[in-house]
Amino acid sequence: MISNLLKLNKVSNTLNFSLRNFATKTGNDQVKVNFNRPFKTYLLEKGPENNAVTNKKELIDYFTEMSRMRRIEIVADGLYKKKYIRGFCHLYNGQEAVCAGMEYATTKDDHVITAYRDHTFMMARGATPKEILAELLMKEAGCSKGKGGSMHMFTKNFYGGNGIVGAQVPVGAGIALTQKYNKTGNVCMAYYGDGAANQGQIFEAYNMASLWKLPIIFICENNHYGMGTSTKRAAASQDFYTRGHFVPGLWVDGMNIFSVREAGKFAADFCRKGNGPIVLEMDTYRYVGHSMSDPGTTYRTREEVNEVRASQDPIEYVRHLILTNKLATEDELQSIEDKIREEMDEAADFAINAPLPPNRDLFTKVYVNEVPVRGVEKSLSFKP
Amino acid sequence: MLKNLVLSKSIKLTLNVRYFHSSTKLKSGGASPISYPSLEIENAGELQKMNLFQSINNAMDIALKSDPKACVFGEDVGFGGVFRATVDLRDKYGAHRVFNTPLCEQGIAGFAIGMAAQGATPIAEIQFADYIFPAFDQIVNEAAKYRYRSGGQFNCGSLTFRTPYGAVGHGGHYHSQSPESYFGHTPGLKVVVPSTPIEAKGLLLASIRDQNPVIFFEPKLMYRSAVEEVPIGDYEIPLGKARVVKEGSDITIVGWGSQMRVLLQAVHMAEEKLGISCELIDLRTIQPWDVETVCNSVKKTGRLLISHEAPKTGGWAAEISSTVQERCFLSLEAPIQRVCGYDTPFPLIFEKFYVPDHLKNFEAIKKTIQY
Repeated sequence: MISNLLKLNKVSNTLNFSLRNFATKTGNDQVKVNFNRPFKTYLLEKGPENNAVTNKKELIDYFTEMSRMRRIEIVADGLYKKKYIRGFCHLYNGQEAVCAGMEYATTKDDHVITAYRDHTFMMARGATPKEILAELLMKEAGCSKGKGGSMHMFTKNFYGGNGIVGAQVPVGAGIALTQKYNKTGNVCMAYYGDGAANQGQIFEAYNMASLWKLPIIFICENNHYGMGTSTKRAAASQDFYTRGHFVPGLWVDGMNIFSVREAGKFAADFCRKGNGPIVLEMDTYRYVGHSMSDPGTTYRTREEVNEVRASQDPIEYVRHLILTNKLATEDELQSIEDKIREEMDEAADFAINAPLPPNRDLFTKVYVNEVPVRGVEKSLSFKP
Repeated sequence: MLKNLVLSKSIKLTLNVRYFHSSTKLKSGGASPISYPSLEIENAGELQKMNLFQSINNAMDIALKSDPKACVFGEDVGFGGVFRATVDLRDKYGAHRVFNTPLCEQGIAGFAIGMAAQGATPIAEIQFADYIFPAFDQIVNEAAKYRYRSGGQFNCGSLTFRTPYGAVGHGGHYHSQSPESYFGHTPGLKVVVPSTPIEAKGLLLASIRDQNPVIFFEPKLMYRSAVEEVPIGDYEIPLGKARVVKEGSDITIVGWGSQMRVLLQAVHMAEEKLGISCELIDLRTIQPWDVETVCNSVKKTGRLLISHEAPKTGGWAAEISSTVQERCFLSLEAPIQRVCGYDTPFPLIFEKFYVPDHLKNFEAIKKTIQY
């Protein structure tokens, strides 16, 4: 399997991005990137420009961050298969440009809420791989003290892990309402998938956010499959950027970090100016199954996955920009990847060797005060 | 077509009683597989080895074949569902009768009610019982009261919600809950929980044909692990009737669903170590529950233990306990014991501590006997 992936990466290194418009170097290590999949707008007079300027530092940063995201998921995948991670685990492979691009478009004072495909968001928000993997392994050193894994990802201004798809979106609207009420100038980014986009709660949130002009960016990560059901079979309109009806929207190439970044800046600016909510549809793709129990190939072909990987991979695209513009050598990128591999392996070892939470954590954090929990036979229990 | 046949309440543990074997380790940590007595179906006809999801699939197959108005829908059911319970049904009956819905539990429940009110027989799947809460309003406010609200002009009695519930060893709080009490508390609904493949089939067919809305909770832990020789014909097991799995004289033990195997293990332990005789009852239908069978048993044994995975407070054990003390006060020789989940969210790493395993049940049996 892994050798397969490597082979594909190699292929994509050589023949890959012929479909994309090429970037031009403009001196001072600056690179202008043209988007070959332009934005589509809805209820907006003008969207962002279909190009962006970047530089060596950014490119190396983006390459590094997205590679870290890919790596932590590969490590999580391995830990799951070795039964260190139990329960439910949903990986982000392929969608990195969305998470990373939005982070580079906003600040850490802005808020992010998402569902359970959330490990990379934690990292983007500043959590360490150690506390993420420790949480996945249900260890006390985890970000939520080992309460339980993917569904428990929380850190500063980040609320991850909603298990009921779509439920996080109205919560995001509430976070945005607070930003408006307290005049913080910050926005809330509420992520949901194309599957969740059909939940009624999303439309309730659109309405409230629009009615009260809340600073919220609704981000629909359209990876084309809600579990095993393709968008075609689940959504009456697959133009998710138009589904806010009265909420303006933008269709974004979610495989291109620059498109995402520019859309993110545009949307955050739109919200900060008091215009109310905006919908961003991120057209993206998940290489892996919906969850660990889904091989991801029963409802789509291997060829489809391989083709996206070979022609649109977000990390390979940035690698391609760096190499063709001679901003770093292959060896330099390799050494970045080696360091990342080391970082993640170290975090995995840390998580494996970390202690489990104390038994009493079974009944802590249920209420604000530690109240006696009925049914627990030991201390702190009601006598029957 | 076979007639609706059920075994009498008492099953004698004789040599010709068949057993099913669990192929996996018990979640409660019991090392050896236990033999759970299979329910005998009279005139059963041809038998076939099936696990729980296959017998449920078989029941829906029969429902779709025998009732042209029946249809099956839910998230991902078209290609078999996440637990494979609907596998092949779309190929057999067509995408107009077996189809995927978008991810919208409230909508699924609403569609089912509307279809049922028009006389169809919707069999709707909610992928996990934990996902039923977005549909709670439709089920509790609409489905349960449709007949009542229209003074009997309309009803949605032909609808059935199937949904997998319960602990699986590593589900965490979004994939392990047992919400039967929320629905048992709602007049107008029936709530059914099977515990073996044979019973699942008969109870599901009865639920589909019952003229009241039924919520059918399937113990997902047992989808693959419980295997029995299931009759391939059409049969029903009536709702509202408990099954006495094993007769005994010293204590009555009541449970349902996957808890039954845990309880049988505790019973074996208690009989061996305490030299007592336990009567084990599978409630099967949570609402309306079989008060007569339970109370008659308690009048005989004088002691009662009820066990479920859901948290203790407000769990269905509380309802049973209250009714039994009203009806059997003078027969009781010890306080009624409830061995349940803790009043905490369903934990991940601490699941083993949380679940009411055979050891906790054994302790409670001992306490009751020694009272």
